[in-house]
Amino acid sequence: MRQHRFLSLSAFICGLLFGVGLLMAGMANPAKVLGFLDIAGLWDPSLALVMVGGIVVAFIAFTLSKKMPHSLLQPKFNWPEATAITRPLLIGSTLFGLGWGLVGLCPGPALVLAGSGAIEGLIFVVFMLLGLRLADLVMARLS
Amino acid sequence: MMDWINFTPQQSLLGGLLIGFATALLWLLNGRIAGISGITAGVLSSSGAERWWRLAFVLGLVLSSWVWLLWAPLPEVQVTANYPLLALAGVLVGFGARLGSGCTSGHGICGLSRLSGRSLVATVTFMAVAVVTVFIVRHLL
Repeated sequence: MRQHRFLSLSAFICGLLFGVGLLMAGMANPAKVLGFLDIAGLWDPSLALVMVGGIVVAFIAFTLSKKMPHSLLQPKFNWPEATAITRPLLIGSTLFGLGWGLVGLCPGPALVLAGSGAIEGLIFVVFMLLGLRLADLVMARLS
Repeated sequence: MMDWINFTPQQSLLGGLLIGFATALLWLLNGRIAGISGITAGVLSSSGAERWWRLAFVLGLVLSSWVWLLWAPLPEVQVTANYPLLALAGVLVGFGARLGSGCTSGHGICGLSRLSGRSLVATVTFMAVAVVTVFIVRHLL
């Protein structure tokens, strides 16, 4: 029980830091995201730097963890196991890209915006939750 | 052509480093991938301890703008999409991320940092589709 409290506390702090990072980076502003995706128009390359910054730090952590027997609060690291390029991966990523390109919001920034009380963020998040749930139901039926 | 007026190299790099730091922390402490769509979906579908840490992470994200407000006013937010379009895009993003096992964070940050070929394919796919979508909406319609 005690351990679960620590796990939730650290997850909460990680969520906060992640959200503050998104705000600082400009990811929570859909117009900026669209400005990055609009390579044929007036292109704002800022978000490429978000990727670079995020990947550099995360890469160090993932590399470091290979020498650790377990994570600091849990008996193991939950390494993702799937490696196959499947049809659901390609179809899902395509639909995700379409939705992202239509309004400039992906899940993290949408949750941050919704939390700030922005009605646009709230609408997006409600329908995003619907989509997440719908996909679970569809995948359960197919398997 | 480059948009030099809206280009924010320092803030975006710093924000990216912070996102990477949060990702690193969740991995090194909890041993979990900071994939937002997966964590959010898990709040709905898992139970017990598995649900609690996910709920805590999502709560942190949701409350982050309030923590930000302790130091500074919120950065500018411009949403051009109308409500029906937001709803449609929300369903597409949720459904697509779940079916595709991840989004910009899980595949784009975590997957690429782990040098996962599967995540690279996913990231290139959704980036390309998003770029084409913006091109069609802004320059062809």
